Amino acid sequence: MKNKITATLKQYGFLILFGVFMLVSYLLPFAAGIAIGKNFLMFFLEMAAILPLMFIQIGLFDVWVPRERIIRHLGPEAGAMSILWVVLLAMLQAGPLYAAFPVAALLWKKGCSVRNVFVYLGAFSTLKIPMLAFEIGFLGLKFSVLRALFSLPVFVAIGYFLALFLKNRNFVVKEPG
Amino acid sequence: MFLNILPPLLHVLFLVSMFLYLVPAVVLSEWLGKGTGWSGILAAALLGSISLIPGFIAFPLGAILVRSGVSCQVVAVFITTLMMVGILTLPLEAKYFGWKVSILRNTLSFLGALLVGLLMGIFL
Repeated sequence: MKNKITATLKQYGFLILFGVFMLVSYLLPFAAGIAIGKNFLMFFLEMAAILPLMFIQIGLFDVWVPRERIIRHLGPEAGAMSILWVVLLAMLQAGPLYAAFPVAALLWKKGCSVRNVFVYLGAFSTLKIPMLAFEIGFLGLKFSVLRALFSLPVFVAIGYFLALFLKNRNFVVKEPG
Repeated sequence: MFLNILPPLLHVLFLVSMFLYLVPAVVLSEWLGKGTGWSGILAAALLGSISLIPGFIAFPLGAILVRSGVSCQVVAVFITTLMMVGILTLPLEAKYFGWKVSILRNTLSFLGALLVGLLMGIFL
């Protein structure tokens, strides 16, 4: 019981401190604290908008897509076409990179190869369609297309390299908890 | 599953909020605008790697920088490192892939992003 309390305190202690800091900042008022709180709220809302959808998607994916299918299309024996599939999967998504980690963990659990897990992360960070649309709007078509074209071989190469490096190293993608 | 990543995630959000307060977009553009040549590119790469700015702030910021005369190469390096490298999210990434692999992935992404940015500078 005591261990459990210490563990919870260790996990949440920092957040409790942060909460107290926010409360004091608003009561004083302390301008810097309030500004940090506003930023936090902005990022928190972004997370609250994206993550639940991400977890619903992961849940459905987990139930509906059989392991054999992932192994056949994205697994270690799946060939170069599998790169195209993970890239397309990543492009259809939205959100900050940390939202991709649980998806990567699920893909791995279902038999996706190491190379494809990292290609997925690379594509998610650079080629998401909602983000591309935004980028084209502000920085222009030429900028966005060039960036996408140059990024693709770079993150595929990173995927190949990491797969090679992690071969025989008992690498696993963990689900935290 | 969701509750397990919530504490580390909130820690990251706190770090990011703190960072954005200490280095707001105005200061960021000032730093990026000052640097010329290699020092500008290096500054852009480092700032891009540390920052975690959502696209809806980063792209308009990039557009303003280009219009105010900052070289396309510097903006490109900043945008690519911003997307591909996440130093502040490392603690979270390490929960999934372990510290060694996460640091390796980010280092490779840093070099890759630098390459992409430099290449773009040649073509833009």
